[in-house]
Amino acid sequence: MDSIRNTKAIIKRELASYFESPVAYVFMVVFLMLIGFLTFFVARFYESGQADLRGFFFWHPWMFLILVPAAAMRLWAEERRAGTIETLLTLPVTATQAILGKFLAAWIFIGLIVALTFPIVLTTVYLGAPDSGAIICGYIGSFLLAGAYLSVGMLTSALTRNQVISFVLSLVICLFLLLAGWPPVTDLMVHWAPEWLVRTVAAFSFMPHYEAFQKGVLDLRDFAYYFSVIIFMLFGTHLVLENRKAA
Amino acid sequence: MLAVKHLQKTFGLIHAVRDVSFKVARGEVLGFLGPNGAGKTTTMRMITGFIPPTAGTAEIMGHDIQAEPIPAKKLIGYLPENAPVYAEMTVWNYLEFIAEIRGFNNRANHERVQQTIADCRLDAVKHQAIGTLSKGYKQRVCFAQALLHDPPVLIMDEPTDGLDPNQKHIVRTMIRDMAARKAIVISTHILEEVEAICTRVIIIRDGTIVANATPTELKAKSRAHGAVELMVKSTPSDMLAKLGHTASAARVEVYPPLAAQAVTGTSLPRVVVYPRDAAQLSKDIIALVKANPGWEISAMKTLEGRLDDVFHELTEVKN
Repeated sequence: MDSIRNTKAIIKRELASYFESPVAYVFMVVFLMLIGFLTFFVARFYESGQADLRGFFFWHPWMFLILVPAAAMRLWAEERRAGTIETLLTLPVTATQAILGKFLAAWIFIGLIVALTFPIVLTTVYLGAPDSGAIICGYIGSFLLAGAYLSVGMLTSALTRNQVISFVLSLVICLFLLLAGWPPVTDLMVHWAPEWLVRTVAAFSFMPHYEAFQKGVLDLRDFAYYFSVIIFMLFGTHLVLENRKAA
Repeated sequence: MLAVKHLQKTFGLIHAVRDVSFKVARGEVLGFLGPNGAGKTTTMRMITGFIPPTAGTAEIMGHDIQAEPIPAKKLIGYLPENAPVYAEMTVWNYLEFIAEIRGFNNRANHERVQQTIADCRLDAVKHQAIGTLSKGYKQRVCFAQALLHDPPVLIMDEPTDGLDPNQKHIVRTMIRDMAARKAIVISTHILEEVEAICTRVIIIRDGTIVANATPTELKAKSRAHGAVELMVKSTPSDMLAKLGHTASAARVEVYPPLAAQAVTGTSLPRVVVYPRDAAQLSKDIIALVKANPGWEISAMKTLEGRLDDVFHELTEVKN
């Protein structure tokens, strides 16, 4: 009971702190403008003559690469810099509650921004008869991908008191995880690495799992993949916090 | 209420705290003194469960901060060094967040926040963002955060650091007002603060406790304890000689020094006679003054001793 109440209180505070600063609005506007531009002009939504959102979802992993680390970078780094981590973690909350609260708040925040792309969906529905199952599936995949990025950002944010370092680190790690399963990257490895290693690295990649959702496939294994990444990263965050709270 | 047991902390090769143990009872205000870097903050962070000790532990009303951190933390109010609070939140929202975590349900929550704001005199700024407040207010917001659940144990790391004299006075009055109901630990390096509010003092140096006594007991260790101070109109040379030759006196000093008086022409110098035998000195001097009616003495008092002398002696780095 206590733990749910504490987590809720932290979610509420974190969400409010996004909206109390102009950052939230800047994120929203930039993301929505860019995704609109990329969908309609770069992916040639109108010219394709098809009422689907493949061109739209194609850009999410790349857009998230900037958006999510930016939303995650302050989660712990700012607490460290301002010293508020000391007040927070001497309250009767466990590190797990604090981590979950912050993670869920940021996930809700990003989910909200992604949800605001609904006019694009409405446009598609107006223009044709898209497969609504595929669209819902696409959004679920996109939301899970954001969660996975976010868990990486959370870990890098816990590592440092410098938000810029956190941002760059999580961008690089996410980029790696995004590209790890991509043929040009795996090709670089096949010449010198054993095949099992290449396959293992590729299996860690976000991309194949993301694409499965975009094809309209809801596979339990993809869910399991994203949730394992998230749990693993949050567990890492927990370890980092326990060991270097005062750093 | 609070029992600190053999706390130790090492950071790599640095031994920040070595075997610190003490107890604080209800009604006590313990002044935790020491030069910068002596291990005060580290000790407090271990007591409040922010950092784990290398060895030892702290018990808050029987709850071990290591083994049962949540029940222990519920009993503590903690004001960390520099009063860190979320700058972007308003005072009201921040305290409401704290109240929620402290387990006040919604209606009680509202009343509790209102009450704390009144107690900490934050009414005027309750809807302002904390980041826009002056240092004194910020400190009081953090203070309010620590007091909101009326904790039986209160730990404060330099609660008046960087405040102006009026703000210091407010914070001290608040501490004194609630002292009877709580066990309080205050770290500071401001000695006047100790005399103003503490019932007991622990002096720590290089992570080790070097003194644990009441302020009066500590002052008795000062070289000025029992010294006699005379306010005089002039200092005839026989006066200084006779005072110096008193058997119970160790040394005589004149403030400001004689050479400076000659330049500035200061009137009303102070003569301080330091004791060899503190119990006897004042009697001897009274007798001496009576025997010399020509000395123009306007006031005379026995000194209690000074904490900064003792502090200096105990914590000075000896090369």
